[in-house]
Amino acid sequence: MATALAHDGRAALALPGLLLAALLVTIGLQSGAVSLWPAAEASLAPETIIVAPRAYAYRAPGDFLRDGRVVDGPLVAVAAPVSLEIMTYQVSAAEYARCVAEAACKKAEPRRRGSGDVPATGVSYDDAIDYARWLSDKTGEAWRLPTVAEWVFAAGSRAVDPALALEGSDNPAERGLAAYARESALGGAAAAPVARGTFGMNEFGVADLAGSVWEWTSTCSSRTTLGPDAETVSHVEACGVKELEGRHRTLMSDFVRDAQSGGCSTGAPPDNLGFRLVRVPSPLEAMLRWLGLR
Amino acid sequence: MIRNDDLELSRRTLLGAAAFAGVFGTLMAVVPAAAEDAGVTTGPVPDLADLPRVQVELVKPPFVHAHEQVATGGPKVVQFTMVIEEKQLVIDDYGTTVPAMTFNGSVPGPLMVVHQNDYVELTLINPDTNELQHNIDFHAATGALGGGGLTLINPGEQVKLRFKATRTGVFVYHCAPGGPMIPWHVVSGMNGAIMVLPRDGLKDGVGKPLAYDRVYYVGEQDFYIPKDADGNYKTYESAGEGYDDMLQVMRTLTPTHEVFNGAVGALTGENAMQANVGETVLIVHSQANRDTRPHLIGGHGDFVWATGKFANAPQVDLETWHIPGGCAGAAIYTFLQPGIYAYVNHNLIEAVELGATAHFMVGGEWNDDLMTQVMPPTPIDA
Ligand SMILES: [Cu+2]
Repeated sequence: MATALAHDGRAALALPGLLLAALLVTIGLQSGAVSLWPAAEASLAPETIIVAPRAYAYRAPGDFLRDGRVVDGPLVAVAAPVSLEIMTYQVSAAEYARCVAEAACKKAEPRRRGSGDVPATGVSYDDAIDYARWLSDKTGEAWRLPTVAEWVFAAGSRAVDPALALEGSDNPAERGLAAYARESALGGAAAAPVARGTFGMNEFGVADLAGSVWEWTSTCSSRTTLGPDAETVSHVEACGVKELEGRHRTLMSDFVRDAQSGGCSTGAPPDNLGFRLVRVPSPLEAMLRWLGLR
Repeated sequence: MIRNDDLELSRRTLLGAAAFAGVFGTLMAVVPAAAEDAGVTTGPVPDLADLPRVQVELVKPPFVHAHEQVATGGPKVVQFTMVIEEKQLVIDDYGTTVPAMTFNGSVPGPLMVVHQNDYVELTLINPDTNELQHNIDFHAATGALGGGGLTLINPGEQVKLRFKATRTGVFVYHCAPGGPMIPWHVVSGMNGAIMVLPRDGLKDGVGKPLAYDRVYYVGEQDFYIPKDADGNYKTYESAGEGYDDMLQVMRTLTPTHEVFNGAVGALTGENAMQANVGETVLIVHSQANRDTRPHLIGGHGDFVWATGKFANAPQVDLETWHIPGGCAGAAIYTFLQPGIYAYVNHNLIEAVELGATAHFMVGGEWNDDLMTQVMPPTPIDA
């Protein structure tokens, strides 16, 4: 389960032959000054940051049960991740509007929509997927949502560990009360979408993490039952519900554009739903990066 | 300067004109006689100089000023002061604003608490920074349109009203300055409640006293905010400026917001109400304009006066109770289990989409006998 979510460096090494071939081809192409990727609308390609590899750890996403009790998920250590190219800013309302104008994306929820150089908000996971597909078509590059593990890797010190450290309690209400108090205390950022860059950069130059926009990830909701030795006894995924990252990690149905509290849902809802994408390097780029050449 | 004053005056005149031209034009003429009649028919006014007088500092809802549940001594004159504030209030987390009218600065106005046969003496102040005429109609009071006929004041005026709290219960008060001004002032936030306790406290219907450890006041408010052509909520510099637009939305009878204590989320998160297992909580709930149906998710109404009048035996063990518009209700519940409870208007569209949700955070020990998760979520084939 954990390895499926981690973006482990070993995966990149699995195709050395292919990469070498690609490298040779490219050297030829570059000498001939031939454009390697279709860049008809290169101006659409958003500003990105390449987060360099480093050892890091993330709290495994999903609900975990042990001895019939809800517990914090395990901390997953990743010793050798690959680098990650991720958008510096969240997708902007203006960028998203171009996709809508071309009828490739659906309109954002008006109550949660800004305009101009603010993040695109009021968008669902499905909307984000539409946008990634459209951007990939337009740029000839591969764009997709990050996993929780990738988001935490890029967020660095801005990532919020969802662990509550309440193991051992017999009181099933305690986790709910603790999570409620914590999410309530996290409030206070501007609720309406504000100009990109308002929440500053993290140590890698990634902007607006954990601001007033929660970001869709590609990670499915899941429940994992752990055995006595913390081994996985069962793991069930529900992919109609996705993990969101931001000031706190939370779950949302993939078609929801506007998270609202009320009724039986007692948590503090995300202020706004938006997203940023990662760019998947071509095999050649991956190899060049791995070799430290790019 | 002069020009500004002229403009303000003309707006004031415009809005005031509706009030005077309506019901109130005639009412104002008959009020002095009616008030005297009311005084005579209820018997001689006792020499209030002999009665003890207490001055109460009102507090902002959901909190309630300190009070005795069982009265010590005889009737008193209980003095309150409320300042009317016209001001912008943010009513949801999209930043939607309403040019609100408030008793004492909050929606709802503060809960006043007295005992039966006490005299409520209210000083109502309409500062000259306001634009509109206001008054107060107490559903707990007898005569002169609940006091509305004796309390209509212009900006820059104050008035003092005394009424005898003859009937027990929780009762709505609201502004009612005549004609179309009435619903407009009420749905702009100008309402609250008063609780008249029996002198010997609350009873369960078969004579057993009921005491509460905490009391919270939930005032439910329907708002009708106009939208522009793009579907965005409009903002107005003053209540008067928004009057025409808001009236159109009001006539649809479909609120854009249905909230507790003036805003979506006013009683959730860090503002959630608090209690502990074993504590008994009295929830006073008013809706001055529209029906509501409170429900405590995960709990019950142990003793409920849905229409709020304590001389009637409370209903017991309720799941949901109905409070008609223009009424306050009261419910007593002793928390038995820790956790987060949602207190909602159980039209769940109004609770979730329009905002009528509050939370209780309840600490204490879990009772496995009342509830246990026998099997945690487990794959079906396991
Ligand atoms: Cu008024």
